[in-house]
Parts: sequence; structure tokens; C-alpha cells
Amino acid sequence: MINVNSEDLNRVEKKDLFASGHRACGGCGQALAARLVADAAGENTIACVATGCLEIFSSPYPDPNWRIPFLHSLFENVSAVASGVDAAYKALKKGPVNIIAQGGDGSTADIGFQSISGMFERGHNVLQICYDNEAYMNTGVQRSSFTPFGAKTTTTPMGNTTRKKNLPIIAADHGIPYVATATVDDFRDLQRKVKTALLINGPKYLHILAPCPLGWGHTGDLTVAICRLAKATGLFPVFEIINGKVTNVQKIQEKKPVEEYLRLQGRYKHLFKKGVPVKAVAEIQEIANQNIERFNL
Amino acid sequence: MLKYLEGSHGVSQVVAMCRPNVISAYPITPQTHIVEDLARLVGEGKLDAEFINVESEFSAASVVLGASAAGARAYTTTTSQGLLLMNEVIYCIAGMRLPIVLTCANRAISAPLNIWNDQQDSMTVRDAGWIQLHAEDNQEAADLHMQAFRIAEQTFLPVMVCMDGFILTHAFEPVDIPEQKEVDAFLPPFKPQNIVDPRWPRGIGLYADPRFYMEVRYILHRALEKSEMVIKQVSEDFARTFGRQSGGLLKTYKIEDADLVIITMGSVAGTIKDLIDQLETEGKKVGLLQICSYRPFPRKEVYRVLKDKMNLLVIEKSISLGRGGILGSDVRWSFPRTEKKDRKISCFVSGLGGRNISINDLRSAVEMVEKEPVELEFLGLNPDIIAERDL
Repeated sequence: MINVNSEDLNRVEKKDLFASGHRACGGCGQALAARLVADAAGENTIACVATGCLEIFSSPYPDPNWRIPFLHSLFENVSAVASGVDAAYKALKKGPVNIIAQGGDGSTADIGFQSISGMFERGHNVLQICYDNEAYMNTGVQRSSFTPFGAKTTTTPMGNTTRKKNLPIIAADHGIPYVATATVDDFRDLQRKVKTALLINGPKYLHILAPCPLGWGHTGDLTVAICRLAKATGLFPVFEIINGKVTNVQKIQEKKPVEEYLRLQGRYKHLFKKGVPVKAVAEIQEIANQNIERFNL
Repeated sequence: MLKYLEGSHGVSQVVAMCRPNVISAYPITPQTHIVEDLARLVGEGKLDAEFINVESEFSAASVVLGASAAGARAYTTTTSQGLLLMNEVIYCIAGMRLPIVLTCANRAISAPLNIWNDQQDSMTVRDAGWIQLHAEDNQEAADLHMQAFRIAEQTFLPVMVCMDGFILTHAFEPVDIPEQKEVDAFLPPFKPQNIVDPRWPRGIGLYADPRFYMEVRYILHRALEKSEMVIKQVSEDFARTFGRQSGGLLKTYKIEDADLVIITMGSVAGTIKDLIDQLETEGKKVGLLQICSYRPFPRKEVYRVLKDKMNLLVIEKSISLGRGGILGSDVRWSFPRTEKKDRKISCFVSGLGGRNISINDLRSAVEMVEKEPVELEFLGLNPDIIAERDL
């Protein structure tokens, strides 16, 4: 069993393996998360990246900003590509090496879902990371199956009418040894989860809430505050699932109404008519309440 | 050693002797016997490789992409819908210059669903940047795989070995299976160049903006053109080592004094050669040009061989709907525009969806062309099935 309180796991790492000079927007949650992940994983890591914002802002020829090996091919196949890297390392008797397959919610929840399920089921030694910014941001803020109820995107102009797909639970139900969620405001927790995952042999899934100022309609300086509110409202539960058992659930210290979270973001502006919340806000509160009950937040 | 084998097993045994590190495939008829046999060899410990069972052809291609980028010799096989599903990865593999070998057990494309042989599948990815080699019989199908790995790893281009589904994959023929040490001598270990390795961090698969993209594609095109020489050399070296002709750019049969030359790819060449022999006894001089390397298309070689031939008949198992024969187009393009000769090129779309191409069908095509050249004909079409209102 992994000692989650050990000094090594809890140290915040700063190695600049995902170096400055990339082209993300100011306040980008995904860029911050990718840096934390790379620094936590360390030099002995291969980053497989799906097409999307991360790939675009970090890997233009001839000046990518990665200081670890980077491999990109397509949008929907990053988990299968990482499976291939894993198979090659086994076959060539090389390694051990950390293999991280990463992408946004579009490549994870939608178009790459089958490939991820296959990688989990086959049991590859790969850490799958989803940088969840709740829509297709790279193509201009279109709805994904991680877009929350009520959120406006360019393809849900009246607000999204469906609820978010619950991938952490779906991942855990594949019987994989480690699943966790995290947010980009808590460096220590996020990096501890990356390090914990990489100590485990087999498929792992880490789901990181990564606000997108452009798509969510908030200023770049609010990325951290919004993450904290996502947790304090119960809209984004933070937990680990180790060998199928939900554990280390982050308790809410001071519960906040969802309204506080929603009012900071342009994508929810239509839910307040002249400042008064419409009915959908109550449904979003209900989603938060259900999370609080389900995960005992 | 000469063994009486199914075509698929000739391929799987030679592929195994090529010592791939990673094999990944998804089952699809008529490719299945190849993967089943490779899975068995890995399972029984006779082949030291990782065999990855995937959830789709898309992932099979992606797994070998990742494995090759990590320095492994990687192999996959598919056909028909499977190849179409792989299409996006197929382009990517070529663009990333990964020397992967793929067997395409040529089969028709839906709709309607049809599991039988034609060559529409590999034709649809002819522009992807892969070398495409077509086998005539099971011996050549097996031999081409040994050559394919060597060509791929010398040129850093992926190679697709095409063999007619069922007609070859499921047919039993004597196949000369080499000794492991002979294969090892012919095919040196893979020396990868650009790989993902933490010891030398580098980016593979960066995106290229308009300043760079076109140059990358130009270099890829030139690499395909230049690979003609390698295909030829490897085939010649194979002939020296194993004492038989397999592969190369093209093959000819009784072409020297032929008045009419039939041009084709794949297993139908055997039937055509029989017809040519029959016609010879009747005093007709007909020859055969068989394309082995469809991509790169050996334009100059084709021209050299056909320069003085005025009457050509193309038999091909695919079609560009709304345009006509595809191989026919390639053959037409092989002659310089400045050439003022009155050359007749007749194109016959044949054997789609497993329709048998009999020697009599071929004879009727020859007779038709002898009377008058045709633009495009469907060989063996049954008019009884086609209603007036369908047209």
C-alpha cells in the first residue's frame, strides 16, 4: 500500500519540464495542469498527447516547449498510441518509464472514449489524464459530453440540456487500480496524485478540472478561485478510487451555493435574468447536492 | 523448406521470422488466419513479441504507430472496412515516417456488405504515402513480407503488402518457407532513428504551420519516388539470396513481340498467363505487364516496357466511381504528353466483390479490344440483374 503521507509524495515539484514559451492563453488551467503533471512525473517520462489545445499551444514545429519526449499523432487515439509505447518498452525490455496519455475532455470523453476503454481493459502501464475544461475549446467552445448542465457553448447557445458524463466512475468500473480527480488550484494534491498513480503498475486515470478563461467567460486571474468554488459548491468532487474503493474524499470546509460559482462565469450569464436566477440554477444546485450526498463531501 | 500451406499461414510464418517486436490487429475476414497464427506463435513462446488485442482497427494502427515511435519493429494486418477505419492513422504513419508493415488481405468495400475479394480497399489509401506491393501468389505474398520490412526500415516509409483475399489468403499452395538464419541474414535488426526516449527528449508529431507543411509533404513524395530504387535492389538481393524472383517494381510475361499487352495487379495474373499461352497456340501474340509496386508507381519502367506497345488492356479490381478505372489512369499517365503515338488503352473493371474472373471472361475482353478499343467496361456484368429503372 502506498503511504500517501510520505514526504516525497507531498513535495511540490518545480522542474520546468513543461517549460515557459508555450502559447496558451493567460490563466489557462490546462497549461498550468500540464506543467504540474510533467514536473510531478519527472524526466523519465514519455508524454503522449492528443490533438487539442495542449498539443497546439505546446508543440508547433520547430519550437515545442516540452523537455521530456513528446509524441502526438491524432485526436482520438492517444491511449492506443500510449499502449503501443508500453508494448514496445515491454518487447524491447526497456524501461521502466512513465507513460502518460493526455488530452482534453473532447478527446477523453467523446472521440477517444473507445480507445481509452480499450487501454484500461488491456491493462497497459499508462497514466491517462483528462484536462477537463468542459467543452471543445480548441475549435472555439463547442459542447462536449463533459459540458455541464446549463452551460452555454457555441453549439448549445441556449444552455446545455444534459448532465456531465461521469468518467472517473466509468474508469473505475473497468477495474483499474487507481482513479483520482483533482483541480489546478491545489498543486500539492494534484502532484501527489500524479506521483501516486505512477507508482502503480497498470492503467490509471486522473481527471483534472482545468478552467478555460476564454470558454468559461472569466478573467485569467480567476482560474484558481473558480476551481476552489467548484469544490466548495460540490460541483466538482475531489477523491481517489483505489482498487475500486472511493477514498481520500476532500471534505468541503465551508459549503457555498452554486450561484456563487455560476455568477463568475460568462457561460452561465443567461441563467440570471436581471440578476435573478432562472429555474436551471436550482437544477444545478440539485446536481451539487447529489454530489455532496454521493461522495459524502 | 517447401510446405503445403494456406496463404495466410505462409505470411504469418514469414512475418514471425522477421522478428516483429509488437503485433497488433483486430479480426476481420479474410485476414483472420494471419493474426490467429501469429497470436498462437506468441502464445506458445515461439515468437518473442508483444501481441496486443485491440478494440478496433483504428486502435490496432495506433498501437503499432506508438510502438514504432518507441523503436519497435511493428506489424499489423487488416482489410476492407478495417483499412478504411484505419485511414486517418494510415496517413499519419506515413507522415511520421514510421516503417510499419501491414498486410492487406484485399477485400471489397461496403455497401453492399461483401467479404469477397477485390482491391478497392488498398486503392482508397493509395495517396497516403505508403509503399504498396501486390503479390501474385502465396509464395510471393510470403516473400514480400521479408522484403517489406527491409524496404520500410531502409526508407523510413511504411509498406503495405497486398494479397487478394480468399483467392490467396485461403488457398493452399506449396510455399518455400526459409530457415530463420536465412531471414536473419537477409533482414538485419531494426535500427530506429527518431524515437521517444527519455534519454534523448525530442518531439515526434509536432504540427507544422503553412511555412513548413508543404515541404514535409514534398519530402515524403520524393522519398516515395526514391524508394523505387530500394524496392528494385531489395528484390534483386532477394533473388540472389533465395534463388527466386519475387517483388520488384513490375514483371512481364511474353511481352517482347506482343501485339496486345494486358496490364494487371495481383492473383489474376496467373489466369491471364494461362490465357496468353492458349492464345499463343492460336497464333495471337498477347503479353502481360504485372504491376508489383503500385505505390510508388513505376512510371518510367512502365513506359520503358510499353513504349512500342500500341494496344493495352487493363484488368483492374477497383473503380473510382464517377471516373472509371484507377490503374488505367496510372497507366495512361505513364506516357509522356509529348508522345504523339496513337495508343489505345482499354480499361476493364473486373472481379468486384469476388465476382469470378474466368479465363473465358478474359478471352472475351481480348476479343472485344481486338475489334475496337473500349474506354471502360465491366467484365462479366450480368444484365439480367439490372432493371431499366436502376439506370
